[in-house]
Amino acid sequence: MAVCKSKLTEKVVTIIGSILLVVLVGIQFVPTKPNLSEIVPETDFMVINSVPKTIHNKLQVSCYDCHSNNTEYPWYNKIQPIAWILEDHVVQGKEELNFNEWGNYSARRKNSKLKSIISQIEDDEMPLFSYTIVHGDAKLSEEDKKEIIKYLTQVKKDL
Amino acid sequence: MGKLKVTTSIMAIAFVTLMATSCKDAKKEHSTTDGHHSEMGSGENHHDEGMDMPHDGSLESKSMMGDGQKSSKSDMLVANYLELKDALVEDNQNAASKAGGKMVMAFNNFDISSYASEQQEELKDIIEDGKEHAEHIAESPIEHQREHFDVLSIDLIDLIAITGTEKTLYQDFCPMYNNNKGAQWLSATKEIKNPYYGSKMMTCGSVQKQIN
Repeated sequence: MAVCKSKLTEKVVTIIGSILLVVLVGIQFVPTKPNLSEIVPETDFMVINSVPKTIHNKLQVSCYDCHSNNTEYPWYNKIQPIAWILEDHVVQGKEELNFNEWGNYSARRKNSKLKSIISQIEDDEMPLFSYTIVHGDAKLSEEDKKEIIKYLTQVKKDL
Repeated sequence: MGKLKVTTSIMAIAFVTLMATSCKDAKKEHSTTDGHHSEMGSGENHHDEGMDMPHDGSLESKSMMGDGQKSSKSDMLVANYLELKDALVEDNQNAASKAGGKMVMAFNNFDISSYASEQQEELKDIIEDGKEHAEHIAESPIEHQREHFDVLSIDLIDLIAITGTEKTLYQDFCPMYNNNKGAQWLSATKEIKNPYYGSKMMTCGSVQKQIN
């Protein structure tokens, strides 16, 4: 009897497992809209401000994947549901701040954005932990943070 | 039994997948329903002919929200701002967050069409900026709420400079906030009650000027 029962359980588990497997395979075919653009517009933060090279690189690596019109996607972006999660992050990130659109922000908005950027970098809220854990190079050291904050504070002052 | 193991692990992966995607949807749903609750009775009902289009472009959501009354007066914004300020004075994150949500609504319902075109430009800018700060206040811990309140206060001071207000307000200044750079706020009473430090430094600050 006991053998019979475990066989039944095994059957149920197999059925449910197969259904879920089909779902998992199925969602791989749902397309996402990649955030890609080769154009660096004239309104880009780096174009408008003469950003020093070291800071330029750091902002590019640590911020631009989610806060510009061009994301450098990792290989695992080909797998669902990861692609969805990344897409969601990029959409939200660009809504808050898009460095490519910098020139279109008014002085008031620039001031607000810079204040938020500085505060979030200071408090280690950005770049996101979930991002730096897979992008080691995007993590900002205390030294990087100081340098970037110093630069951005100056940009804010010069507005 | 090996087969069972494989199926179980596939199930686990699939389960996580489903959870992740359904979480994403739930979050979206939350953000659309969020902020729909607001008290009715925004006093003014200023309609300029042909100009009172629903701000979100859909009549249905306008009637569902029940608060689509546009106003070209700053009363509602000032009232909600003061509510937010009082919440911060009391170190009450929850109340501040609610007041932030109300301010988002008040910014949405603010009608700029009766102002001169130059003023409209400036108002549009202020509203866009202020709304973003109010949105963040609605969902942040109290220290962040205060950071956004600092800039929101400047937005509101600038807005009132254009729209005027019927209320008597006091423009106050706290010299310590922002690493001693200072920060402004508006209050309806002359007595200083500091929203940037709350109970820690209740009476720190001074009146800069009286409005009205």
